[in-house]
Amino acid sequence: MASKQVNPTRMELGRQKKKLATATKGHKLLKDKRDELMRQFLELVRENMALRQRVEEGIRSANTNFVVAKAAMSEETLHTALMAPKQEVYLDVDNKNVMSVDIPVFDYKTRTADENDIYSYGFAFTSSDLDDAVKSLADILPDMLRLAETEKACQLMASEIEKTRRRVNALEHVIIPEAQANIKYITMKLDENERSTQIRLMKVKDMMLEDAHHYKEKQAAYAAEEA
Amino acid sequence: MYKIAVVGAYDSIYGFAALGLDTFPVSDPQKGEEILHRLASGKYAVIYVTEALAAEIPHAIERYREQTLPAVIQIPGVAGNTGAGVAGVKKSVEQAVGSDILFGEQ
Repeated sequence: MASKQVNPTRMELGRQKKKLATATKGHKLLKDKRDELMRQFLELVRENMALRQRVEEGIRSANTNFVVAKAAMSEETLHTALMAPKQEVYLDVDNKNVMSVDIPVFDYKTRTADENDIYSYGFAFTSSDLDDAVKSLADILPDMLRLAETEKACQLMASEIEKTRRRVNALEHVIIPEAQANIKYITMKLDENERSTQIRLMKVKDMMLEDAHHYKEKQAAYAAEEA
Repeated sequence: MYKIAVVGAYDSIYGFAALGLDTFPVSDPQKGEEILHRLASGKYAVIYVTEALAAEIPHAIERYREQTLPAVIQIPGVAGNTGAGVAGVKKSVEQAVGSDILFGEQ
């Protein structure tokens, strides 16, 4: 299992134990992060989908209105009418931190105080269909901005979830088992060394006693006497 | 202070000019990509791109997917809805969950 050779020393054992403790703690934290991100993501992505369907429907009907408006007047008049826009939209961008993912929050402001000040043309030469078309587009603008916000948030969170998931898996299936295997290997090796030292000492003690008291010779002499 | 841009074929986007969004009509994808990059490095926080144009320059769209700003959002053009925008949302789900468990049936 241990892919990399480790030194069976107490120092290395301590290091591996520390590594295992950190990895276990990190794994737990990352798993919590992933679960919470996932919960928020699923909420957000549902909203994202609903908004997208609403915006796409809105743009579709607005486009139909524009086609009708175009049919009722000449192209030049239409172009002239929309050539110099009266209104301008500014965005204030703020950052919201969701589980360490920076998500932009848009706050929009219009140049003129009245948001509905959108008709950049006199009403004399344009058809009322154009008014309707511009109005229908203006109505979905807040939804469009909300869509931009949620869709961006979803994209950022999706990539963060993917990264976190990989980290969790790497810790769970690689780092932690590896540290455990290393710890097991080192403990076994150290135990084995201790046993062999013990045996060696016992053996040496036997030899020293033999040297001092000559048990074997005495035993042999005693056996010969008996016989 | 950021602004909002709309990029795509003229017929699909001219209406947005009335609302005060900056419109950038393009007819050829190469030009569209250039404009997109220019806008992204400028003062635009949200860039709406028509699905038709986005389909021609997928790698350019992909580049901004994981950046905080700008938000590049696909919108249907006058020719109709190609479903690319919805596919983008599904892609997010797939990336996060591993498979599309929410909108698979739609």
